[in-house]
Amino acid sequence: MDKEYVGFAALPNQLHRKSVKKGFDFTLMVAGESGLGKSTLINSLFLTNLYEDRHLPEASARLTQTLTIERRGVEIEEGGIKVKLTLVDTPGFGDSVDCSDCWLPVVRFIEEQFEQYLRDESGLNRKNIQDSRVHCCLYFISPFGRGLRPLDVAFLRAVHDKVNIIPVIAKADALMPKETQALKQRIRDQLKEEEINIYQFPDCDSDEDEDFKRQDAEMKESIPFAVVGSCEVVRDGGTRPVRGRRYSWGTVEVENPHHCDFLNLRRMLVQTHLQDLKEVTHDILYEGYRASCLQSLARPGARDRASRSKLSRQSATEIPLPMLPLAETEKLIREKDEELRRMQEMLEKMQAQMQQSQTQGEQSDAL
Amino acid sequence: MSKGLPEARTDAAMSELVPEPRPKPAVPMKPVSINSNLLGYIGIDTIIEQMRKKTMKTGFDFNIMVVGQSGLGKSTLVNTLFKSQVSRKASSWNREEKIPKTVEIKAIGHVIEEGGVKMKLTVIDTPGFGDQINNENCWEPIEKYINEQYEKFLKEEVNIARKKRIPDTRVHCCLYFISPTGHSLRPLDLEFMKHLSKVVNIIPVIAKADTMTLEEKSEFKQRVRKELEVNGIEFYPQKEFDEDLEDKTENDKIRQESMPFAVVGSDKEYQVNGKRVLGRKTPWGIIEVENLNHCEFALLRDFVIRTHLQDLKEVTHNIHYETYRAKRLNDNGGLPPGEGLLGTVLPSVPATPCPTAE
Repeated sequence: MDKEYVGFAALPNQLHRKSVKKGFDFTLMVAGESGLGKSTLINSLFLTNLYEDRHLPEASARLTQTLTIERRGVEIEEGGIKVKLTLVDTPGFGDSVDCSDCWLPVVRFIEEQFEQYLRDESGLNRKNIQDSRVHCCLYFISPFGRGLRPLDVAFLRAVHDKVNIIPVIAKADALMPKETQALKQRIRDQLKEEEINIYQFPDCDSDEDEDFKRQDAEMKESIPFAVVGSCEVVRDGGTRPVRGRRYSWGTVEVENPHHCDFLNLRRMLVQTHLQDLKEVTHDILYEGYRASCLQSLARPGARDRASRSKLSRQSATEIPLPMLPLAETEKLIREKDEELRRMQEMLEKMQAQMQQSQTQGEQSDAL
Repeated sequence: MSKGLPEARTDAAMSELVPEPRPKPAVPMKPVSINSNLLGYIGIDTIIEQMRKKTMKTGFDFNIMVVGQSGLGKSTLVNTLFKSQVSRKASSWNREEKIPKTVEIKAIGHVIEEGGVKMKLTVIDTPGFGDQINNENCWEPIEKYINEQYEKFLKEEVNIARKKRIPDTRVHCCLYFISPTGHSLRPLDLEFMKHLSKVVNIIPVIAKADTMTLEEKSEFKQRVRKELEVNGIEFYPQKEFDEDLEDKTENDKIRQESMPFAVVGSDKEYQVNGKRVLGRKTPWGIIEVENLNHCEFALLRDFVIRTHLQDLKEVTHNIHYETYRAKRLNDNGGLPPGEGLLGTVLPSVPATPCPTAE
């Protein structure tokens, strides 16, 4: 008997078509002290000039400047796929003489996006929820220091459970190869010491070929990526034109893996992990925020910081609630949670049924 | 304020002078004014040789302070300047040593000898500057240290029984390291230089300049110069202390074109075109520290050591120290400070001439 063709295999194509039609939203935050080449790197990554209208303030103006959050949107289209990229900048970070608490506006901003999403999710019209949550934060570390500075540690500690952090070493052409290795090791050690959780690139599937696995392992070992950015093309007589920085002693090529990790960053961030970053933001970071938000509402005074473990929706509703008058939205959330749980149970039942019929079919084939 | 006797500017000039034996004139000399024609050879130009001999015997002190965020290559640069390990690099410290919570002042002395001339070099490091989250007033320990050295010197000076040669621990030169952001000065840079340029000779340098292309370098330097000017910060060589036209033209050129010097330091040697040079080897090329096409280290070295070393000391003594001294005496009601006076009223202390043998 021929195995019947149901047609599930076409599912990925359907998803693909849908997402192509819908387009793709991504919010990327860029943070680090000024002068580390952040805008140049972003322009290099996305091959656009996002910072044309930027005005750099002088030092005396920066004496009294407070940190601001700036958003820039750009639509990039490539191969029929539309990406709506939102860049979040933090000008003024790390500039002042006294930078105490200068990361608080950033933390607040990230939380506000979560709050907004939480409200939208519990709202009545959920068809067009705008996802303005920050999916990834590229944190720029100075190549001149001896690793993470106190300010870097403070910032990372404040946001690591709220956003995916990808640390990069900026202006990596300041370093000789040995220095780069030493700095990377030092930063990795410091991240471990200070218990800062950065975005973990997921392991590749076990059925990938050896080459891919090796490449993947190499890439993971080169974190934090040491990057160089440039939007200028250097034409050096006989050699082919490359994007790079021309010095009197030679030209740094941005896309040369022996010169810097730009290609790795671009590959891992844009080509392979854009979707995963969004998923981690939604499944883990947002859930963590949501859980701690609801917990603190249910138990006033109990400031419970949720860990980064996967908190399923079920466990959130199982927490014993004292008999307090709940607000409208909380009631709605609880109702929806119940609904979802019921739907999940139904789905599981259906799946079990399908499995059963499949094995039965196979058994009858074997006979 | 006179700068004292004319000094030979370079070692080369000094070594060229050999006293020639000439017959003394038989006719007694009339008192002559400076620009009149001499009727014969007197021999006053041999003073240069006499000074040289004395300096070689006694040697001289030079105190240089380095200020800037950690990791800007301060120690490496000083080691490169004086071609010896006079500053212990923080990267060679034990990994357990953390950034100090307040700015520390570490002074390390070395004796360097060259061509028979002994220099007692003291490098004053300021670890912890600008490294904290809150760097408010982090320059205060530095200002305090500088004033303490002036105070020490003053106390020695007003002593009844003075030492023949007062040990000079005053900071003659402060190298301020600017981070090569390519944008402009940072607020902390401005604050530091505003407070300290009145107290000590500040020479701003752009650190780790191998991250900037030629265009970026020149734009950055222009912006920095403009910002310093707009904020009224006078770095060394200060305009108001130019003595004559010759000084002014020479210093103007340095002030308006070369400074701040964009430097690169290194203690490693590589083979380039058959020569061993100090440099940094990267996959895209070797940066030669002493190559003027690569960076301005050689300009800084010549400026600080070969042409303006003595001037740095003189400005410190005749201007910064005098300012401190005048303020102290004024505060004290015209009386010299210190315990060694038993409260007696002394006639005002005459200005000390510039010590020639230092």
